[in-house]
Amino acid sequence: MNSRPYLLTLLFLALAAALSIAVGSVFIPPADLWRVLTGRPPEEVTQAAVIILTLRLPRTLLVLLTGAALGGSGAAYQGVFRNPLADPYLIGVASGAGLGAVLAMSLRWPYSPLGLLAIPAAAFVGALLTVFLVYLLARVGKVVPTTNLILAGVAVSAFASALTSFLMLRSSGELHRAVAWLLGGSAMAGWKPALTVLPYLAVGLGVLVLSGHALNLLQFGDEQAAQMGLAVTRAKTVILLAASLTTAAAVAFSGIIGFIGLIAPHVMRLWFGPDYRRLVPLAALGGAGALLVADVLARLVMRPQELPVGLVTAVAGAPFFLWVLRRAKNQGYW
Amino acid sequence: MLKIENLSVSYGPRPVLHGVTLEVASGEVLALIGPNGAGKSTLIRAASGVIPVEAGRVRANGDDLLALPALQRARRVAVVPQAVTLPSAFTVWETILLGRTPYLNFLGQVSDGDEQIARAALARVDALDLAERRVGELSGGEQQRVLLARALAQSTPILLMDEPTAHLDLHYQVDFLETVRSLAHRDGLAVLLALHDLNLAARYADRLALLVGGKIQAAGSPRQVLTPEALSAAYHLPVAVVAHPLVDAPLVLAGE
Repeated sequence: MNSRPYLLTLLFLALAAALSIAVGSVFIPPADLWRVLTGRPPEEVTQAAVIILTLRLPRTLLVLLTGAALGGSGAAYQGVFRNPLADPYLIGVASGAGLGAVLAMSLRWPYSPLGLLAIPAAAFVGALLTVFLVYLLARVGKVVPTTNLILAGVAVSAFASALTSFLMLRSSGELHRAVAWLLGGSAMAGWKPALTVLPYLAVGLGVLVLSGHALNLLQFGDEQAAQMGLAVTRAKTVILLAASLTTAAAVAFSGIIGFIGLIAPHVMRLWFGPDYRRLVPLAALGGAGALLVADVLARLVMRPQELPVGLVTAVAGAPFFLWVLRRAKNQGYW
Repeated sequence: MLKIENLSVSYGPRPVLHGVTLEVASGEVLALIGPNGAGKSTLIRAASGVIPVEAGRVRANGDDLLALPALQRARRVAVVPQAVTLPSAFTVWETILLGRTPYLNFLGQVSDGDEQIARAALARVDALDLAERRVGELSGGEQQRVLLARALAQSTPILLMDEPTAHLDLHYQVDFLETVRSLAHRDGLAVLLALHDLNLAARYADRLALLVGGKIQAAGSPRQVLTPEALSAAYHLPVAVVAHPLVDAPLVLAGE
């Protein structure tokens, strides 16, 4: 197996993570960073240690996990729908997850005994309900044409976003935090969000990484995939569930962050080829790195004020999206 | 051996196949001919188990094919689809290896044995030199050969093909069908192929089945099936059948 793609992507991810830990309102020199991370902070770097261990590390971990979730599920959605423009947002999953999470916040569930776990759970339920609704709307007999699916996704997504906005307008104080969150700011600090997201992601991304062969077969269309021995409906259901779980986990604590799920799989496909057994893990690693870089920019551009990271990914991602559209026309690498 | 028994298929309320019964023996090429819309493609798809059937059975060496899970079906029957858009970024080699799916675990890990079988399949269609090329760069003729090699990589006793020569030029048509015939005669596969070109069917099939309006109108040797009367009725044209000047086969000519 050719391991070069993994090495390069991991290197990028490691650099992005180091940058994310070092950069902020207080810059931490690499030497201090190394000392703290290796567990031997001398007296004079105690302040750095506190910043790293209570602020930077948990934030970096959350951003990394979110980026991995968006990149990995983006690759899976593109594969299942055989559509280069598919991403976690296109079929309404993210909006549904957002609605679920905002609803949970407006009902003050985070203060219930369930605590923070309630948000990803509500987001997942929202995401699943959306997928189910979109499927019902798009279905013609027993088949679900991709065009229908995407049209239904756009409609349901708009509906869910409108409901979310309504919930946020109607409520006072509590949801101001939600507004910042929805724009993709990592408003929640501390280790809890990252650690809460971790199990959801491990399951969701794990299944997606193992689905590479099925995704490869699906690139030939449902009929050929079945003729080559794939149980198509079951495979698609499993992949969509796992991708929705992954997306929901990301949305639950990091809000709506566009374009990472679109960009990461495309860059990886361009560089390292279309084999989904490689593409899904690479898109997850690359998405993690890309979002870390975007998050660093979000912290730096208007220092000391922080921009929502969703704004950065949109500013960088929109032109990229147009470029993908142009590439998609000549089908060179898809 | 492939046995299709009383197969009926409808698209919604519209019946497409009515009680089709066919048998393809091992070592035999059976060509399915008939006008557009007669149900040739539908029969191929139904026999491969990818569309729901209303009634009837498909048997592969005795096993009830349609009752089997996809993986088991793919070990018994392989399909060369009608010219399709393939995912262009995959290489030929990656595509052929996917033909081994019915024998792989769900991660799709291939063994040396799988690679050997894939290489033999590529060699069988004379396409070893294409292995590293991307599928999107291939000509129509090369693509069809790759799809045939992928089907051969499935190591099935039965091969179904839907208009495999539709977009090929004269040379590639003859070339491709020569290979198909030797797969049946030399390697003992049972081959069922839908073919709209009556003269190619007459030349390369051992037997023909004429499908009109979802029913088998005639089945037998090319000379038995390709009669002016049967063809005129099927295609609504005056038809003459003469001897082929170059090979031993009937030649169909249409009037107006």
